[in-house]
Amino acid sequence: MQDVLKAQLQINGKTVAVKLSGEIDHHSVQTVRQRIDDAILGREPDNLLIDFGGVSFMDSSGIGLVMGRYKLIENTDCKLFVTGLSARAYTVMKLSGLEKIAVLKRRNEKDENAQ
Amino acid sequence: MKTLNEMRIRLESRSVNESFARVAVGAFCSQSDPTVEEINDIKTAVSEAVTNCIVHAYRNSVGYIYISVKLLEDSSAVIKIRDRGCGIENINEAMTPLFTTLGGERSGLGFSVMETFCDSVRVRSSKGRGTTVTLIKKIRGKNSY
Repeated sequence: MQDVLKAQLQINGKTVAVKLSGEIDHHSVQTVRQRIDDAILGREPDNLLIDFGGVSFMDSSGIGLVMGRYKLIENTDCKLFVTGLSARAYTVMKLSGLEKIAVLKRRNEKDENAQ
Repeated sequence: MKTLNEMRIRLESRSVNESFARVAVGAFCSQSDPTVEEINDIKTAVSEAVTNCIVHAYRNSVGYIYISVKLLEDSSAVIKIRDRGCGIENINEAMTPLFTTLGGERSGLGFSVMETFCDSVRVRSSKGRGTTVTLIKKIRGKNSY
Protein backbone atom coordinates (compact mmCIF):
# COMPACT_ATOMS: atom_id res chain seq x y z
CA MET A 1 0.00 0.00 0.00
CA GLN A 2 2.82 2.34 0.86
CA ASP A 3 5.20 3.64 -1.77
CA VAL A 4 8.37 2.62 0.12
CA LEU A 5 10.85 5.42 0.79
CA LYS A 6 14.21 4.90 -0.85
CA ALA A 7 17.37 6.99 -0.74
CA GLN A 8 19.91 6.74 -3.49
CA LEU A 9 23.28 8.20 -2.51
CA GLN A 10 25.87 9.53 -4.86
CA ILE A 11 29.18 10.93 -3.75
CA ASN A 12 31.08 12.98 -6.27
CA GLY A 13 34.21 14.61 -4.88
CA LYS A 14 32.99 17.08 -2.24
CA THR A 15 29.35 16.75 -3.19
CA VAL A 16 26.95 14.38 -1.49
CA ALA A 17 23.74 13.89 -3.46
CA VAL A 18 20.70 12.10 -2.06
CA LYS A 19 17.86 11.15 -4.35
CA LEU A 20 14.67 10.35 -2.45
CA SER A 21 11.72 8.46 -3.82
CA GLY A 22 8.53 7.14 -2.23
CA GLU A 23 6.48 8.38 0.74
CA ILE A 24 8.02 10.41 3.54
CA ASP A 25 6.42 10.21 6.96
CA HIS A 26 7.65 9.86 10.53
CA HIS A 27 7.87 6.08 10.11
CA SER A 28 9.67 5.93 6.78
CA VAL A 29 12.30 8.65 7.45
CA GLN A 30 13.80 6.48 10.15
CA THR A 31 14.97 4.04 7.49
CA VAL A 32 16.97 6.59 5.45
CA ARG A 33 18.21 9.11 8.03
CA GLN A 34 21.21 7.10 9.24
CA ARG A 35 22.38 6.28 5.72
CA ILE A 36 22.39 9.96 4.77
CA ASP A 37 24.24 10.88 7.96
CA ASP A 38 26.85 8.20 7.36
CA ALA A 39 27.52 9.72 3.94
CA ILE A 40 27.95 13.23 5.39
CA LEU A 41 29.89 12.56 8.57
CA GLY A 42 33.63 12.29 8.21
CA ARG A 43 33.47 13.50 4.62
CA GLU A 44 33.04 17.25 5.17
CA PRO A 45 31.26 17.88 1.87
CA ASP A 46 31.04 21.34 0.26
CA ASN A 47 27.58 20.63 -1.13
CA LEU A 48 24.69 18.56 0.12
CA LEU A 49 21.94 17.97 -2.44
CA ILE A 50 18.66 16.43 -1.38
CA ASP A 51 16.41 15.68 -4.33
CA PHE A 52 12.70 15.15 -3.60
CA GLY A 53 11.88 14.56 -7.29
CA GLY A 54 10.61 11.02 -6.73
CA VAL A 55 8.69 11.74 -3.54
CA SER A 56 5.00 10.91 -3.91
CA PHE A 57 3.88 11.93 -0.40
CA MET A 58 5.42 14.09 2.30
CA ASP A 59 4.24 15.43 5.65
CA SER A 60 6.22 17.61 8.07
CA SER A 61 8.62 14.72 8.64
CA GLY A 62 10.24 15.79 5.36
CA ILE A 63 11.08 19.14 6.96
CA GLY A 64 12.45 17.36 10.02
CA LEU A 65 14.65 15.29 7.73
CA VAL A 66 16.10 18.40 6.07
CA MET A 67 16.47 20.31 9.36
CA GLY A 68 18.16 17.38 11.04
CA ARG A 69 20.72 17.07 8.23
CA TYR A 70 21.24 20.85 8.27
CA LYS A 71 22.23 20.58 11.94
CA LEU A 72 25.08 18.27 10.90
CA ILE A 73 26.54 20.81 8.48
CA GLU A 74 25.51 24.19 9.92
CA ASN A 75 28.94 24.90 11.39
CA THR A 76 30.75 23.97 8.20
CA ASP A 77 30.99 25.64 4.79
CA CYS A 78 28.69 23.05 3.25
CA LYS A 79 25.84 24.44 1.18
CA LEU A 80 22.44 22.78 1.23
CA PHE A 81 20.25 22.36 -1.86
CA VAL A 82 16.74 20.92 -1.68
CA THR A 83 15.38 20.23 -5.14
CA GLY A 84 12.58 18.46 -6.99
CA LEU A 85 9.89 19.72 -4.60
CA SER A 86 6.27 19.25 -5.63
CA ALA A 87 4.05 22.31 -5.25
CA ARG A 88 2.69 20.78 -2.03
CA ALA A 89 6.10 19.85 -0.61
CA TYR A 90 7.32 23.35 -1.45
CA THR A 91 4.41 24.84 0.51
CA VAL A 92 5.23 22.64 3.49
CA MET A 93 8.94 23.50 3.33
CA LYS A 94 8.18 27.23 3.18
CA LEU A 95 6.18 26.98 6.41
CA SER A 96 9.39 26.20 8.20
CA GLY A 97 11.44 29.05 6.77
CA LEU A 98 13.84 26.51 5.28
CA GLU A 99 14.52 28.87 2.39
CA LYS A 100 16.71 30.86 4.79
CA ILE A 101 19.13 27.99 5.24
CA ALA A 102 18.82 26.10 1.97
CA VAL A 103 18.28 26.70 -1.73
CA LEU A 104 14.78 25.38 -2.46
CA LYS A 105 13.83 24.38 -5.98
CA ARG A 106 10.49 23.11 -7.26
CA ARG A 107 10.24 20.29 -9.74
CA ASN A 108 9.20 20.95 -13.32
CA GLU A 109 5.42 21.12 -13.69
CA LYS A 110 5.53 18.42 -16.34
CA ASP A 111 7.22 16.07 -13.87
CA GLU A 112 4.52 16.71 -11.33
CA ASN A 113 2.97 13.34 -10.50
CA ALA A 114 0.12 12.35 -8.19
CA GLN A 115 1.56 14.38 -5.30
CA MET B 1 -26.15 19.04 9.12
CA LYS B 2 -27.16 15.67 7.78
CA THR B 3 -24.51 12.94 7.71
CA LEU B 4 -24.43 11.07 4.42
CA ASN B 5 -21.93 8.42 5.43
CA GLU B 6 -19.69 7.59 8.35
CA MET B 7 -16.84 5.26 9.25
CA ARG B 8 -14.68 4.48 12.25
CA ILE B 9 -11.38 2.74 12.62
CA ARG B 10 -9.26 1.88 15.63
CA LEU B 11 -5.58 1.21 15.26
CA GLU B 12 -2.55 0.73 17.45
CA SER B 13 -0.17 3.65 17.80
CA ARG B 14 2.61 2.00 15.81
CA SER B 15 4.40 4.21 13.31
CA VAL B 16 3.96 1.59 10.59
CA ASN B 17 0.22 2.44 10.74
CA GLU B 18 0.71 6.09 9.69
CA SER B 19 0.42 5.27 6.00
CA PHE B 20 -2.56 2.96 6.57
CA ALA B 21 -4.41 5.70 8.48
CA ARG B 22 -4.03 8.39 5.81
CA VAL B 23 -4.75 6.01 2.94
CA ALA B 24 -7.88 4.65 4.67
CA VAL B 25 -9.26 8.13 5.37
CA GLY B 26 -8.38 9.31 1.86
CA ALA B 27 -10.08 6.30 0.31
CA PHE B 28 -13.25 6.84 2.34
CA CYS B 29 -13.39 10.54 1.41
CA SER B 30 -12.90 9.73 -2.27
CA GLN B 31 -16.60 8.89 -2.62
CA SER B 32 -17.30 12.65 -2.36
CA ASP B 33 -15.45 13.02 -5.66
CA PRO B 34 -12.60 15.23 -4.42
CA THR B 35 -9.74 16.48 -6.57
CA VAL B 36 -6.34 14.81 -6.24
CA GLU B 37 -5.24 17.97 -4.45
CA GLU B 38 -8.03 17.71 -1.88
CA ILE B 39 -7.29 14.03 -1.22
CA ASN B 40 -3.62 14.90 -0.67
CA ASP B 41 -4.62 17.75 1.67
CA ILE B 42 -6.60 15.25 3.73
CA LYS B 43 -3.87 12.59 3.70
CA THR B 44 -1.22 15.08 4.77
CA ALA B 45 -3.30 16.46 7.66
CA VAL B 46 -4.27 12.96 8.88
CA SER B 47 -0.63 11.89 8.73
CA GLU B 48 0.30 14.79 11.03
CA ALA B 49 -2.46 14.12 13.55
CA VAL B 50 -1.76 10.39 13.72
CA THR B 51 1.97 11.00 14.08
CA ASN B 52 1.22 13.27 17.04
CA CYS B 53 -0.67 10.41 18.73
CA ILE B 54 2.30 8.10 18.21
CA VAL B 55 5.18 10.39 19.16
CA HIS B 56 3.44 12.48 21.85
CA ALA B 57 0.26 10.95 23.25
CA TYR B 58 1.64 7.42 23.60
CA ARG B 59 5.32 8.32 23.52
CA ASN B 60 6.64 5.35 25.50
CA SER B 61 3.78 2.97 25.03
CA VAL B 62 1.33 1.61 22.52
CA GLY B 63 -2.31 2.61 22.76
CA TYR B 64 -5.30 2.90 20.51
CA ILE B 65 -5.91 5.71 18.04
CA TYR B 66 -9.58 6.20 17.14
CA ILE B 67 -10.39 7.78 13.80
CA SER B 68 -13.86 8.66 12.63
CA VAL B 69 -14.89 10.30 9.39
CA LYS B 70 -18.28 11.80 8.62
CA LEU B 71 -19.21 12.98 5.17
CA LEU B 72 -21.84 15.70 5.51
CA GLU B 73 -24.54 16.86 3.15
CA ASP B 74 -22.69 20.10 2.45
CA SER B 75 -19.85 17.94 1.08
CA SER B 76 -17.49 18.57 3.96
CA ALA B 77 -15.55 15.80 5.66
CA VAL B 78 -15.32 15.87 9.46
CA ILE B 79 -12.33 13.81 10.57
CA LYS B 80 -11.73 13.10 14.25
CA ILE B 81 -8.46 11.65 15.48
CA ARG B 82 -8.65 10.73 19.15
CA ASP B 83 -6.26 9.15 21.61
CA ARG B 84 -6.34 8.26 25.30
CA GLY B 85 -2.75 9.33 25.82
CA CYS B 86 -1.01 11.89 28.01
CA GLY B 87 -2.86 14.99 26.78
CA ILE B 88 -1.44 18.35 25.82
CA GLU B 89 -0.37 20.61 28.66
CA ASN B 90 -0.61 23.86 26.71
CA ILE B 91 -2.56 23.70 23.45
CA ASN B 92 -1.63 27.22 22.31
CA GLU B 93 2.04 26.42 22.74
CA ALA B 94 1.65 23.08 20.94
CA MET B 95 -0.02 24.81 18.00
CA THR B 96 2.64 27.50 17.70
CA PRO B 97 4.64 27.02 14.48
CA LEU B 98 8.07 25.46 15.09
CA PHE B 99 7.29 24.65 18.74
CA THR B 100 8.26 21.09 19.59
CA THR B 101 8.98 19.23 22.79
CA LEU B 102 11.02 16.65 20.92
CA GLY B 103 13.66 18.75 19.13
CA GLY B 104 16.07 17.41 16.56
CA GLU B 105 14.18 15.49 13.95
CA ARG B 106 10.69 16.94 14.55
CA SER B 107 9.98 20.26 12.87
CA GLY B 108 7.25 21.52 15.19
CA LEU B 109 4.99 22.13 12.22
CA GLY B 110 2.40 19.38 12.59
CA PHE B 111 -0.49 21.69 13.51
CA SER B 112 0.64 24.35 11.00
CA VAL B 113 0.46 21.76 8.24
CA MET B 114 -3.01 20.65 9.39
CA GLU B 115 -4.17 24.29 9.38
CA THR B 116 -2.66 24.89 5.94
CA PHE B 117 -4.46 21.97 4.33
CA CYS B 118 -7.80 21.95 6.18
CA ASP B 119 -10.62 24.48 6.53
CA SER B 120 -10.74 24.07 10.29
CA VAL B 121 -8.62 22.41 13.00
CA ARG B 122 -10.00 22.03 16.53
CA VAL B 123 -8.08 20.54 19.43
CA ARG B 124 -9.54 19.37 22.73
CA SER B 125 -7.23 17.87 25.27
CA SER B 126 -7.29 16.83 28.87
CA LYS B 127 -4.10 16.11 30.75
CA GLY B 128 -3.69 12.40 31.40
CA ARG B 129 -6.89 11.57 29.54
CA GLY B 130 -6.20 12.22 25.90
CA THR B 131 -6.63 14.49 22.93
CA THR B 132 -9.15 14.85 20.13
CA VAL B 133 -8.20 16.66 16.93
CA THR B 134 -11.11 17.53 14.65
CA LEU B 135 -10.26 18.37 11.08
CA ILE B 136 -12.88 19.79 8.72
CA LYS B 137 -12.21 19.73 5.03
CA LYS B 138 -14.66 21.12 2.52
CA ILE B 139 -14.62 18.91 -0.57
CA ARG B 140 -15.37 21.14 -3.53
CA GLY B 141 -14.53 18.43 -6.00
CA LYS B 142 -13.75 18.29 -9.65
CA ASN B 143 -16.91 20.09 -10.69
CA SER B 144 -15.92 23.37 -9.08
CA TYR B 145 -12.94 23.92 -11.35
